[in-house]
Amino acid sequence: MRGFSFTNTISRAWKSDFMWSFRRTPVAIVSFFVAMILILGAVFAPLFAPYNPFDPATLNLMNGFSQPMVPNQFTGDSFWLGADDQGRDVFSTILYGLRISLFVGFAAVAFAMVLGVTLGLVAGYVGGWIGALIMRIADVQLTFPGILVAMLVFGIAKGFTPIEQRDEMAIWVLVIAIGLSEWVQFARVVRGATMVEKNKEYVQAAHLNGRRPISIMVRHILPNVLGPVLVIATISLALAIIAEATLSFLGVGAPPTQPSLGTLIRIGQGFMFSGEWWILLFPAVTLLTLALSVNLLGDWLRDVLNPKLR
Amino acid sequence: MLAFTIRRAFQSLIVLLVVGLVAFSMFNFVGDPVDNMLGQERTGADIERLRTQLGLDQPFPVQYYRFLEGAVQGNFGISYRQGRPVSDVISERIAATLELAMVSAILAIVFGVALGVFTAIRRNGWAANIIMSLSLIGVSLPTFLIGILLIYLFAVELGWLPSFGRGETVDLGWWRTGLLTESGRKAIILPAITLGLYQMTLIMRLVRSEMLEVLRQDYIRFARARGLKDRSVYFRHALKNTLVPVITVTGMQLGSIIAFAIITETVFQWPGVGLLFINAIRFVDIPVMAAYLMLISVMFVSINLVVDLLYFAIDPRLRADRSGSGK
Amino acid sequence: MKMKTMLLATLILAGMSTFASAQTLRWARAGDALTLDPHAQNEGPTTALIHQIMEPLIIRDMTGAPVPALATEWGPSEEDPNVWWFKLREGVKFHDGAEFDSEDVVFSFERAMTPDSDYKELLSSVTEVRANGKYGFEIVTDGPNPIMPSNLTNLFIMDKDWAEANGAVKVQDYEGGEDTFASRNANGTGPYSLVSRETDAQTVLTINEDYWGMDEFPMQVKEIIYTPIQNQATRVAALLSGEVDFIQDVPVQDLARVNDTDGLQVITAEQNRVIFFGMNQGDADLTTDNVEGANPLADLRVRQAINMSINREAIQQVVMRGQSIPAGVIMPPFVNGWTAELDAVPANDIDAAKALMSEAGYGDGFSIRLNCPNDRYINDEAICQAAVGMLAQIGITIQLEALPKAQHFPLLGNLETDFYMLGWGVPTYDSEYIFNFLVHTKGEKFGSWNATRFSDPELDVKIQALASETDLEKRNQMIAEIWAVVQAEQVYIPIHHQVLNWGMSDSVGTIVDPEDTPKFKYFEFAS
Repeated sequence: MRGFSFTNTISRAWKSDFMWSFRRTPVAIVSFFVAMILILGAVFAPLFAPYNPFDPATLNLMNGFSQPMVPNQFTGDSFWLGADDQGRDVFSTILYGLRISLFVGFAAVAFAMVLGVTLGLVAGYVGGWIGALIMRIADVQLTFPGILVAMLVFGIAKGFTPIEQRDEMAIWVLVIAIGLSEWVQFARVVRGATMVEKNKEYVQAAHLNGRRPISIMVRHILPNVLGPVLVIATISLALAIIAEATLSFLGVGAPPTQPSLGTLIRIGQGFMFSGEWWILLFPAVTLLTLALSVNLLGDWLRDVLNPKLR
Repeated sequence: MLAFTIRRAFQSLIVLLVVGLVAFSMFNFVGDPVDNMLGQERTGADIERLRTQLGLDQPFPVQYYRFLEGAVQGNFGISYRQGRPVSDVISERIAATLELAMVSAILAIVFGVALGVFTAIRRNGWAANIIMSLSLIGVSLPTFLIGILLIYLFAVELGWLPSFGRGETVDLGWWRTGLLTESGRKAIILPAITLGLYQMTLIMRLVRSEMLEVLRQDYIRFARARGLKDRSVYFRHALKNTLVPVITVTGMQLGSIIAFAIITETVFQWPGVGLLFINAIRFVDIPVMAAYLMLISVMFVSINLVVDLLYFAIDPRLRADRSGSGK
Repeated sequence: MKMKTMLLATLILAGMSTFASAQTLRWARAGDALTLDPHAQNEGPTTALIHQIMEPLIIRDMTGAPVPALATEWGPSEEDPNVWWFKLREGVKFHDGAEFDSEDVVFSFERAMTPDSDYKELLSSVTEVRANGKYGFEIVTDGPNPIMPSNLTNLFIMDKDWAEANGAVKVQDYEGGEDTFASRNANGTGPYSLVSRETDAQTVLTINEDYWGMDEFPMQVKEIIYTPIQNQATRVAALLSGEVDFIQDVPVQDLARVNDTDGLQVITAEQNRVIFFGMNQGDADLTTDNVEGANPLADLRVRQAINMSINREAIQQVVMRGQSIPAGVIMPPFVNGWTAELDAVPANDIDAAKALMSEAGYGDGFSIRLNCPNDRYINDEAICQAAVGMLAQIGITIQLEALPKAQHFPLLGNLETDFYMLGWGVPTYDSEYIFNFLVHTKGEKFGSWNATRFSDPELDVKIQALASETDLEKRNQMIAEIWAVVQAEQVYIPIHHQVLNWGMSDSVGTIVDPEDTPKFKYFEFAS
């Protein structure tokens, strides 16, 4: 994690080394395509999924616990990956659940990134008491385990959300809670890099030319820290997806009528001893595949964007 | 040095106050303790009487002030759930959590360092690649699921290890330990693995990348050129140089091990403070929740402070810049 | 399952197993007792533990029938209809050797009537308790109280001298966070005495060799080790791996697995608890629906349509895996006032329900929020989810909010929900208890759990009159009349009666207690 303070830019890497390395790394290629398949499957879920599990009027409770590929004894319906305890098609539910998990993951990372990069830039460039304050806030943030942050945000949000919007709120609460617990990583790295860059000649020169600090930060410093930011973002995405699942276990997750992957796993683990393995296994394998491919991509990105390790 | 220490200590105090405020404000949102404490046959008058008795009818700042006032004297009030002083309840439970955290941390460090060194030395070998990939599977599944899978495999199917609790414990007077009995040692294995897995992966990857970086340094090349044996290069020079960041990160991670024990303890019914906290949430036991959060914060903040001071002592140039380079 | 037997055998041979002697019963359930003070908390797991250690005058046996415990005979006085007399058991000793007599009973009753006691409501009609000789005891009430004995089956008797010697005369102020000697120690007359206790971790009890009923009851369990295990999967795992002998709450999906495991069995019985939905039918407009200026639930036809749309058989078959009894009335069958006609399961008729919805002017449906607990009743959240699908078929769109009980129940108390799930058990086995809490207009003394805003002053008068009606036949007639109104007005939507599932080692012999309170003195132990 040290050594994020290097200088090559994304664009430079993209043109030369980046694609070359990608083509030469089978793990990266496989991970990339697996992740893309899952993401596309989620985005176009309504096209691929045979059922819409989020529409309660289409559900038939009697389909509950149908085995994979075996017609249900009451209704005669058959499901590729079986049906869950509410008679929802597991395959469709996974696709729709993946949508929520990915949305939460991407949105949380975007939130963490914007917050972290901004605060990191300010702390590094401006320094002084503002910088100290920001880094102290980062300390406070680190003090609070993400789980507790989520519960707190959840509770507060509930006090302020109109009753009709509670369902949508749950998703945004997850985004904010997970984002809040991950911005510190971005801030610390960006701050460190900024402090190094700040004293370089070209920045000094821009400063002497009368450029405003904001412009300097955005035009000159930001491009230089994008590499490590991208690496952290990828790893954070995997973390966010797992965090969402963990929060669902503690009951602070997506609503049961619109389950995420994590909610599906929480529901499925109740059926582990009872022989309905498909309710747990398929969502768990999907989550594992997704997190694993994102993690592997992050690993590869770190290697390729960190010339010292190549 | 003194000025720096004082300033940092002061900042830490502010951090604690803020955490206290945040922690305390969350209690307005987790539910109403009164409903849980009164039975099915309660009346409106009962509810009012109890709210007054607990001071819940007071405005928020007054409640917070009272809480701080007590906390400074080490008095966190009485647990609504157990009807006993919170400090008693927590000190009874903290040993279990610390023991679990320590065993997990040791597992994480031992296996993390060993596997890290191995994967760095054999960085392109197939075994190292498999280990690296497997370690990713460990962090790609939620902790609770890993715990339940371990229970299913080792307790239910194989019957080798117990599925819950601490086994038999021995009271040493100041510490109730499970490590002195066979059943206690067996009981700690699964929870410790569950809890330590993530940190192990982290340490392994850190050691690996630090090793790789050190191995590229000039003095290692010189050492090699001088004809030093590989083993000597790896362990006397390279590993030694990787240990400072490893120790730092491990120190920082100890706090999060304790925080993440919440989930592990819930899955394994481990009678520690994490389980206590989850129960406190379920029963809206505000004094216990507040004390737990403060405890965790104090732990994090003091680790942070110690690390800061250590850095300052080792290398004054780093004093303001620790967070930038240290991870 | 052969492999499992082999494994089991290996386990025992290896000597590593935690199997204790055959007479020890390792007992687990989800929650722990809150206190040992017998009058501080009237709550399931608390009374279940205290029942092993202390005794009431009258106890319910494992079938739910009241039988003598510390009282051998009782009845209403012939001279004064406001008095109940009790003849106490002679020769009984407390665990510390002290003798039991009427002094202890008077002390315990007076203690249970103090403000900190959680049992004072059950004794609210009592004006005086008095000894009548060493083994006689009388309760005086402010009017005839025909069901007094049913209120006493959880009212434990303490030793007066022990309480005085240990500063435990006053009931532990549980809500005020008081810690007393009696909250952590116990001295009773019961079949087991306390050896050690660590809250939420482990409690050990051992047999009381001087128990008065040594020859009357099986008394085969010699030692009890009680461990609360919260996580459902872990609890089942502990039973499957033989680390505990008896768990009180087997998840319905794991019944087959437990039953199929060699050496384990599941026994089931109907519980004294009914699950139902309540609806806000009193307010002019609702805050949680999308209908402006009107309350759809105030229309009887909408309530009837909801009632018809619920497919109780499907819930029973799939969500509860057969482990429930579909209900037509919010009253467990044990309760005085129950009839098979009242409890007839309403027909599931989507077309008729749709027709009623159109008639009421909601042919296009409406949307509303449903509040559910997610850690209180068996599969509570899954039942609500299933209801969401069923109501969707008649055009009602539900936003489901499933919350832990600590957040769910305040919504009912503060009238912040318009559509909610609730479960109700009836410890007195009489309809009056249900009417007082769930049907009477919500107010200071009555209707505290009635969040439906249903209010019928005439009915209220009738409900209050039940308390002092001594003519049982007339009283039962009144109860039937009240039920007729509750059913006709569709005040609640009954779902089902819960079924209890106890999972245990084959060697344990018992039946299931309808109040989920095992009394181990009745347990038999083979081998």
